[in-house]
Amino acid sequence: MDLAFIAEVFPKLLAGLPLTLSLAVLSLSGGAILALLLSGLRASSWLGAQFANFYVYIFRGTPLLIQIFLIYYGLAQFPALRHSLLWPLLREPYVCAVLALMLNDAAYTSEILRGGLRAVSSGAIEAAKVAGMSRPTMLRRIVLPLAFRQALPAYGAEVTSMVKATSLASVVTLMEVTGLARAEVSQSYRAIEVFLCAAVIYLVLVTVITRLVHWLEARLSTHRSPALDRSPA
Amino acid sequence: MGEAFTLLGFGPEGWGHALLTAGLTTLAVSACAFACGLVLGTLCAWAKIAGPPVLRRAADIYGVVLRGIPDLLVIYLFYFGGRQIVTAIANQFGHTGPVEISGFVAGSLAIGLISGAAQAEVLRGAFHAIPPGTLEAARVTGMRRWTMFRRIIAPQALRTALPGLGNQWQSVIKESALVSVTGLVETLRAVSVAANSTELPFLFFLAGGAIYLAITTVSGLVFRIAEWRAMRGQPAMRVGG
Repeated sequence: MDLAFIAEVFPKLLAGLPLTLSLAVLSLSGGAILALLLSGLRASSWLGAQFANFYVYIFRGTPLLIQIFLIYYGLAQFPALRHSLLWPLLREPYVCAVLALMLNDAAYTSEILRGGLRAVSSGAIEAAKVAGMSRPTMLRRIVLPLAFRQALPAYGAEVTSMVKATSLASVVTLMEVTGLARAEVSQSYRAIEVFLCAAVIYLVLVTVITRLVHWLEARLSTHRSPALDRSPA
Repeated sequence: MGEAFTLLGFGPEGWGHALLTAGLTTLAVSACAFACGLVLGTLCAWAKIAGPPVLRRAADIYGVVLRGIPDLLVIYLFYFGGRQIVTAIANQFGHTGPVEISGFVAGSLAIGLISGAAQAEVLRGAFHAIPPGTLEAARVTGMRRWTMFRRIIAPQALRTALPGLGNQWQSVIKESALVSVTGLVETLRAVSVAANSTELPFLFFLAGGAIYLAITTVSGLVFRIAEWRAMRGQPAMRVGG
């Protein structure tokens, strides 16, 4: 191991961290909003539920990489789209990557949310109704907070998997951490050192996120004793 | 529409054969990777349950590290890192220039390593769901460890592990698309090539998506049938009861 080389490579790779983070934050927030919409759709009507199920089936049944390619390369097939006002946006690899990550995340998050919503006890909902809460208030103050707490461990795993998934953006020319590592390897041919450096960056990032989620879980369940917390709800 | 059918068909103008072969390659890579993952996962689950402290610690670290690194990076490490090592060794023996290594082997090993970390957790959970009485009974009747593993532990644990292993198999199929970065002509690579030469990227990436969807759907059904068969004669189980 050449420490001087590693000390030189590390800062170069860290320069990609802001892009990695911005990809992750944007696609996670977009994905969360879409997932809420999907859940609303699922609850609204039979047709809406069928659509939501189909959406989840498609996006969970195919690799993320092909979804990115379909948006980045695929959309160019349509002349109407190429001449539209949206084209300056849709030919940007950044926009395409965020779009694909967002749509993909929405499918997984909506399933996690579904599990969380199912765990909200009917007693809590009845109590809210009896207290005269309107539907939006009940959603905001009772249902969503309870569902969120229930879904938090699974959602934490989804957040880390999205952070890792941003590395796929490098395949459509984005220079985030993995992209920079790939470029560095093609110059120095020292694949092991460079990719291990990149791996360390992701590992630290994921560890920090995991800790944060654990902390949040503990904070949101102060009313439970640790022993009860382990029992299945 | 007619043109699309010709292009995706098996005629002289069609890419049907290329896509079929590529689909089979995806299946082959996935199967090898899943098998690697199952072996690694079993070893790690054993290390975590009954291994000496050093191995237990090693298995824990392996799990944490592999869950914290993007899959693409693991594949890059195996493919380009593997090439770097093989080249260095070959140069020692007088060979000059870079040596190519197989994308298939590097890809299956990399995905196997990723999947092994997850399969270890599935198998460990399944082991803990085995009724302890059956293990005691086996010990009392004087079964040796290997016999006990083969006749008591494995059949019971696999039954509980089946849904989790099914999920892992689905992930492996989707991760196998990343092996396309090594140049191996599996589904994603084949549709990329077709998309380039026909200038119909949407059509071919959509077809690629359909191939993956077909594989994940059919194997999902197979696993569900297997679960149903494995549960025959079992009292309805309450999860976590």
